Parts: sequence; structure tokens; C-alpha cells
Amino acid sequence: MVAKRIIPCLDIRDGQVVKGINFLGIKEVGDAVEMGRRYSAEGADELVFLDITATFEGRKTFAKLVEKIALNINIPFTVGGGISTLEDAARLLDAGADKISVNSSAIANPQLISDIAARYGNQFVVCAIDAKNVDGKWIATTHGGRNFTDKELFSWAREAQDRGAGEILFTSMDHDGTKAGYACETYARLSEILTIPVIASGGAGNTQHIVDVLTEGKADAALAASIFHYGEISIPELKFQLREAGVNVR
Amino acid sequence: MIAIIDYGCGNLRSVENALDRLGCEYVLTADPKTIVEADKVILPGVGNAAEAMSNLEKTGLVPVIKSLRRPVLGICVGMQIMCRDSEEGNVKCMGIFDSHVRRFPEDPEAKVPHMGWNCIGNLTLGKCKLFNEIKSGSFVYFVHSYRADLCQDTIATCTHGSQMFSAALKYENFYGTQFHPEKSGDVGELLLKNFVNL
Repeated sequence: MVAKRIIPCLDIRDGQVVKGINFLGIKEVGDAVEMGRRYSAEGADELVFLDITATFEGRKTFAKLVEKIALNINIPFTVGGGISTLEDAARLLDAGADKISVNSSAIANPQLISDIAARYGNQFVVCAIDAKNVDGKWIATTHGGRNFTDKELFSWAREAQDRGAGEILFTSMDHDGTKAGYACETYARLSEILTIPVIASGGAGNTQHIVDVLTEGKADAALAASIFHYGEISIPELKFQLREAGVNVR
Repeated sequence: MIAIIDYGCGNLRSVENALDRLGCEYVLTADPKTIVEADKVILPGVGNAAEAMSNLEKTGLVPVIKSLRRPVLGICVGMQIMCRDSEEGNVKCMGIFDSHVRRFPEDPEAKVPHMGWNCIGNLTLGKCKLFNEIKSGSFVYFVHSYRADLCQDTIATCTHGSQMFSAALKYENFYGTQFHPEKSGDVGELLLKNFVNL
């Protein structure tokens, strides 16, 4: 049986790891390669590096950083942020990324998912969706939750899957940064309607939250940032507790 | 010197990086002479088996690879195209391993692609040096939608849903892993080290 995955997420700006609360109030926390290496050594199953730099210079810095990460880390890693063309994806693949994640650009141009998947395989494409609950309906947002789109979470996730996405990374913008737990019911539904793995993100505050989303929430992987970055939960301890709770982990 | 066969199939970078971490010398090549003279040969591969096989055929390297007497390691699709044939694109493969490659069936409990960390078992099957110091039950990283049947060449197994399949194969000097040792943490690193030391 495939193990449930624990994925630390590192938001990168100008080569440094940062993490904001509710996507605001960005605070610098550490060196990306060092942190990646540490998480890998501690038993993280995968890593996600999201480039939140908006400038061209920043993007170049990020590609260089991806090369450094690939050289130093022996587990799979996903990179995302600012990938809007097949060429962007190709550049990151060449730098050594195992997967890329697309978000806003795929909403603007869903064909992007089809193109990247056709060229590099489904396993290479993670479709990230940031959604907010509006009157009981999950609406996909862009720009860190500021802009609403015309896409509804479940139908968009299914479309992404049909277009060739290999995984769905759904972040609840209502839960992100709150540390009050994941949107478990939504993940369970997502997992039921999709045949590809679902990665849960947004809301982890303690071990129980992660247990919940991997069991009741039926998610295949749990992604978290601040609880790992600030040392609130260590990965070995989390894995131990997940095992105690009967969750199959590496 | 290790030759990594470069036949335009997928990401060689992660294999290069893994060998760099081990401090091994390697060369990316499609040159028959370099491959024949190499101490070890790695055949990587991601993507579609039929495409990989057709790319490899275009290089004219199929007979060269089959004639090698030094250790050869196929990874993922690289391993699959060393089998008899594959349902992916209904392609006849190199026929080194006596195994048929087929798609995982639809199963709500076992998502396809089989992606992530899963444990390997039955490592005593071939008592193979490739798994020196690696225990049954170790987790390694898989990404694939097609899998090789169990056969007499199977030296490690893995189970996904109802399906038990070949996680690794060996025939004489030819080895193959369905998983990605270059992405499988310390266990993968150990396996590559074992391969390099064969």
C-alpha cells in the first residue's frame, strides 16, 4: 500500500524561505537548500518549493536554486510559482525538478495542463487550487485569494485531472494559516470524485489535524509549512504519532 | 566510468545528481563504443514505453545493450523496455527479462498512477547484491501506471491494491528497478552504491 506522504512546503522569495500567515505578513525564516536537506534527512516524503517572487530576476534566482536543491536532495520535489508556459516548465525540469505545480496560469489557460502533461507526463504536473468557501460553494481564487475566478473547486479539479494533471493540491484559503485544522470534508469529497492523488494544504496546527485529513479527509498527502518551519512538530515525531494512529507512513 | 544512456527519454538530471552525490564518474552518451567500454551502464527512462523503445531503436543501441556483459541497470521505463513486451503502446521490448508489462487495473482503493512511497518485499528471492543491507519492507519511491508481471527474474516485489508486481528484476548481469533509486532517499542511495560496487 502506498504510504501517506508528509510534505513540508517552502515558500521562496529571492532564494530564501518565507512563510506568511493567511498569505499576508511575510516573514523570512531560512535557507532553502539547508531546510530542504534537513527535512529530507528527517524523513519528509517530498518537498514543495513555491516561488513567490514576482520579478524576472527573482525567477532566474529560483531556477538556480532549483539546481542546487536537486543536487542536494534525494527525495522527490515539486516546484511552483510563475509557471505559465511549456517553456517555463521545461526550464524547471532541466534544472532538476521532479514535478511542477501550476495554479493561476492554468485557470487562465487550462490547455497549459494538457500541454505540459502531454510533453512530460502526468506525473510531472500538479494542479494547485486555492479556493474559498462562498455560501457553501468552493470558488477557486488567484493572487493569494484576492481574486475570485469562475471556476468551482470540484469541477475544476476534475477538468484538471481529465487534462492530465497527476495530482491535485488544494489549499483552503479559509483554513490556511489558521492552524485550526484542514477542511477535511472537502478533501474527502475531492478524493472520492478524483482518481488521482489529493494533497491537502492549509490549516495544520497539530498532529491530530494531520491524522484527521489523512484518514477522515482521505487525502493522500498532507502539506504544511509553519508547523515544520517553526519547529512546532518535528517530522520524526509526527511520523511516529501517525503510525500510532494506524496511518501507513514511511 | 558509468555510462548513462542518453536516448532522448526523460530526465537524466536526477540520475546524474544521485551519482554526483555518491562521487561517481559518469558520462551521458549514446555512443556504442563508450557504452561497451563502461564499467557500468544505466538505462533511465520516464514517460511512455512505446516511445522510449522507439527512441532507443533509433539510436541503434538495442543490440549493443543486449550484448553487454557488465552490470546494466534499467530504471522505471528503462526497466520496462528491458522486458518482453509492454501493453503501453503494445510494444515489443528488448526481451532481457521474461516479464510482460501491463497497466494497473481500475481500482478505487489503488489510484493510478501508482505514485509515492511503497515498500518492497521478497528481497531474498534472488539473494541479489543489489539489495545488500536493504531490508524487505523498506520504502522506495514509485511513479508509474504500468507494471511488470512477477516472473522468474523477479528479485523484489511490491503490492499496489490487488496487484503484486516486480519491483526489481535481474537476469545475469542485467538489473532493473521499477522504482526510482535516485529519488528514494537513503535506501535508494544504498542501492545505487551497491550497483556501483557490483
